[in-house]
Amino acid sequence: MSTPYAKLPAWADYGLIPLINLSVAFIVAGFVVMLVGENPFRAAVILVEGAFGKGTGIAFTLFYATTFIFTGLSVAVAAHCSLFNIGTEGQAYIGGLGIALVCLSLDSVMPWWVIFPIAIVAAAVFGALWGLIPAYLQAKRGSHIVITTIMFNFIAASVMVYLLVGPLKPAGSQAPQTRNFLAGAELPKLNWIIELFGAKIRSAPLNICFLLALVMAFLVWLLIWRTRLGYEMRTYGHSPKAARYAGISETRIIITAMMISGALAGMMALNPVMGDQHNVAIDFVSGAGYVGIAVALMGRLHPVGIVLAAILFGMLYQGGAELAFEMPAISRDMIVIIQGLVILFAGALEHMFRPYIQALFASVSPKSVGMQAMNGKGA
Amino acid sequence: MDMFNAIVQVLDSTIRLSVPLLLACLAGLYSERAGIFDIGLEGKMLVGAFAGASAAAVFHSALIGLGMAVLISVAFALVHGFASITHRGNQIVSGVAINFIAAGSTIILGQAWFSQGGRTPALQPDERFAAITWPGADAIKDVPIIGPIYAELISGHSILVYFAFAMVPFTWWVLFRTRFGLRMRAVGENPAAVDTAGISVAWLRYRALICTGILTGVAGAYLSMVQNGGFVKDMTAGKGYIALAALIFAKWKPVNAMFACLLFGFLDAAAIRLQGSPLPIIGKVPVQFMQALPYILTVILLAGFIGKAIPPRAGGVPYVKER
Repeated sequence: MSTPYAKLPAWADYGLIPLINLSVAFIVAGFVVMLVGENPFRAAVILVEGAFGKGTGIAFTLFYATTFIFTGLSVAVAAHCSLFNIGTEGQAYIGGLGIALVCLSLDSVMPWWVIFPIAIVAAAVFGALWGLIPAYLQAKRGSHIVITTIMFNFIAASVMVYLLVGPLKPAGSQAPQTRNFLAGAELPKLNWIIELFGAKIRSAPLNICFLLALVMAFLVWLLIWRTRLGYEMRTYGHSPKAARYAGISETRIIITAMMISGALAGMMALNPVMGDQHNVAIDFVSGAGYVGIAVALMGRLHPVGIVLAAILFGMLYQGGAELAFEMPAISRDMIVIIQGLVILFAGALEHMFRPYIQALFASVSPKSVGMQAMNGKGA
Repeated sequence: MDMFNAIVQVLDSTIRLSVPLLLACLAGLYSERAGIFDIGLEGKMLVGAFAGASAAAVFHSALIGLGMAVLISVAFALVHGFASITHRGNQIVSGVAINFIAAGSTIILGQAWFSQGGRTPALQPDERFAAITWPGADAIKDVPIIGPIYAELISGHSILVYFAFAMVPFTWWVLFRTRFGLRMRAVGENPAAVDTAGISVAWLRYRALICTGILTGVAGAYLSMVQNGGFVKDMTAGKGYIALAALIFAKWKPVNAMFACLLFGFLDAAAIRLQGSPLPIIGKVPVQFMQALPYILTVILLAGFIGKAIPPRAGGVPYVKER
């Protein structure tokens, strides 16, 4: 079967096309704002100012971005192995359970710098185990990973609701959440970094998980492009047949990829649970797992792209909150529409503008699209 | 007699709760049989529910509401088609996008148009689909056994309920007894063969998606105009995914789909009815377990422990013409 799309220069592939797709998504979102009867340009200004205008805004933007880096990396690692992990949401939720168990049992006896590493491991292990079952079923039984991970999201939600209205709820409390953690399970804030640049911060939940997220982004880059395992994952993702021919074990690679993906998803829970709310409440993930899909697609599955896309979505979340405050007709759900449009144009319709751009490149500079060989000038 | 009445009541709510699942499940059946995965059932139902309730409230007509629900739902199905058929995009990604856009836009537009916190105005009785009482239902009501079954279970539902159950044999007929159905199944298994026969793969798949859109639209209209007297934000609450689970559970067959949806509807009805009261033999079952049971059953089925669910072979793969 012929590949329908020819090559473009790298900068156009990784820069120009995502930018065009993103712009189209925002233009369509602008029409929705107009439909609601507001001025889209004013909305955009409020959104950007809300996200980057003040120190507090920046801190909140980076706090949200931290969450999305984890979920974006989670989706991306699985995607490199051509596995569509929609279960990031559920894996993060169960990761929160791991953190809750660690914090609830240790927070009175240990300081944060002892609890934090244990909690990281617990979150990663719980998330990885929640990803293990769908992975096993995909590898051994051929059940479609998309369907099983969707089912596991719902099962995770039921499990967590059961635990949070029952065993994990402190006696005498009405709210479906664990008790508040003690100081031992509270992570230090990072707001001083932004204050170094002279900005004032009132109170923002930005914490050291941001640094952890950046480290994980680097490790994922290392894993995917600099290790044998990553090479095997990409091979399998590109062509399962070729991987099988090269002697790569299908079962091992699928299960490993999904467990790494689940671990990254589980670690996402550290940020809101230990960094901000200091308890585990019902639905604390609140869609961050699905945002991860948008972030991974937008970032073209590359850690650098994912960090940038996560900051973009963090900006949308923080700016969106300000926007809802300034323009009552636009609630935070506007962000959900923008997410959907980004997923549509950067994901499903990513090839829509490609033929036109290719034609443009071919007419301006045939060399850039690899046409010199056809003209007989040699490669 | 109390026990019997309780059972009839649970079965009655089973029917009511399984109707949206059944419509969405049959909707999914059309697109998946044609080789297009559709996890956007949830979103299409949601926009259908919103468009139906809004149009019914504004134009004071249940029929206009139903028409708008179908129209908007089909429009979303066509977006899915545009992305996954015309532009050969990833069908899962496109479905996720549709769910997001549906969830956000129904709230934003609902708030902007009606300013009731994302709700649409409460529908008047003549703006909804009323229950139809079958001839003799009132007369026979007090006859033991047959009376309640006829009056409660068979009679007294809205037209959309009967439509949903009529769609089961109709879908079977379309799928297995018409030329369109044969070609649709073929395009889901081996599109290249269909293409070789000189039939347009894209147009067939688009038509299957239009069927999907119509049925999800009706499912949405049922939610907001029959079950509930208006649209409430996020009112589909995962029903699209349960329908997807039911579709797999039914192994992509219409009659099985009906039984799967009735089973899942029954689990839901039983969970509501029991509300944590103890069962004989098993003891007390957490309500969350009952809610998770459809998903757990589907995973077990997918794992191959209850028969094997084999999806249409070309499902999820965009068709590229050989050149």
